[in-house]
Amino acid sequence: MNAGHGELPVAARVRRLEERLIAAGLATDAELDDILEQVFTSASPVNGARMVARAWKDPAYRDRLLADGNAAAAELGFGTGARGYLLKVVENTPDVHNLIVCTLCSCYPTALLGPSPSWYKSFAYRSRAVREPRAVLAEFGVALPDSTEIQVWDANSETRYLVMPLRAEGTDELGERELASLVTRNGLIGTAVR
Amino acid sequence: MTRFAAGCRVRARTADPDGHTRLPRYVRGHIGEVIEVRATWPLPDEAVRGIFRDEPVYAVRFPAAGLWGSGSHSVIIDMWESYLEEAP
Repeated sequence: MNAGHGELPVAARVRRLEERLIAAGLATDAELDDILEQVFTSASPVNGARMVARAWKDPAYRDRLLADGNAAAAELGFGTGARGYLLKVVENTPDVHNLIVCTLCSCYPTALLGPSPSWYKSFAYRSRAVREPRAVLAEFGVALPDSTEIQVWDANSETRYLVMPLRAEGTDELGERELASLVTRNGLIGTAVR
Repeated sequence: MTRFAAGCRVRARTADPDGHTRLPRYVRGHIGEVIEVRATWPLPDEAVRGIFRDEPVYAVRFPAAGLWGSGSHSVIIDMWESYLEEAP
């Protein structure tokens, strides 16, 4: 953020919007600051990666993660947003690949995946992910066999999704930390294999 | 009390509301299958006007071939109960 950030038209617009929300009693400066602080200090794809690595190592945690994402995130000390949402973890298998999108805006579990990439918010991704996911995945370098079923999850409500990628072969000896380092943000969105 | 259960065939309503909605145009009129009852949340179409009325929300799977005329994938999207009717 450069020194002149506060002078930018977009910053002025954001501030005017904040002031309207505060005047209407819908938010306070402290709440907005808390949310921003959470985003900038703790929201990271490292969090989602740790959950996936734990699930790869521990089948009981995997079951809990798939059954109740919010509780499984809390087990590792991760909150799921000041406003709260239902966290749904969707598991890739050799036969099924999952992809997440928000066609209406850009919803996404920020605390676990970090700030969303600009392409995730683009009209192109949002419209094409539901229409031709295989072509979109190919552009991300993900080539899936024709037999792999693709499921696209549109986060249009209060549900937020996280993809549990398929564990790589030959990683039996790796510890949780090393496994977590194999998982990328795009893997958690479904636009990478892991 | 929920109107639909997992396995129900449902159709997304075709109405184009005047104001805010979270019923995207691409599913309107299409037939899908309820895979899960998600939770109960206020209907956004009303919440945006300050009316908070909880409604069941369903995860509904729509086959791509139905939505787009081609494609082998499926799209799963959450539908507030008001967005759905029984499939004919």
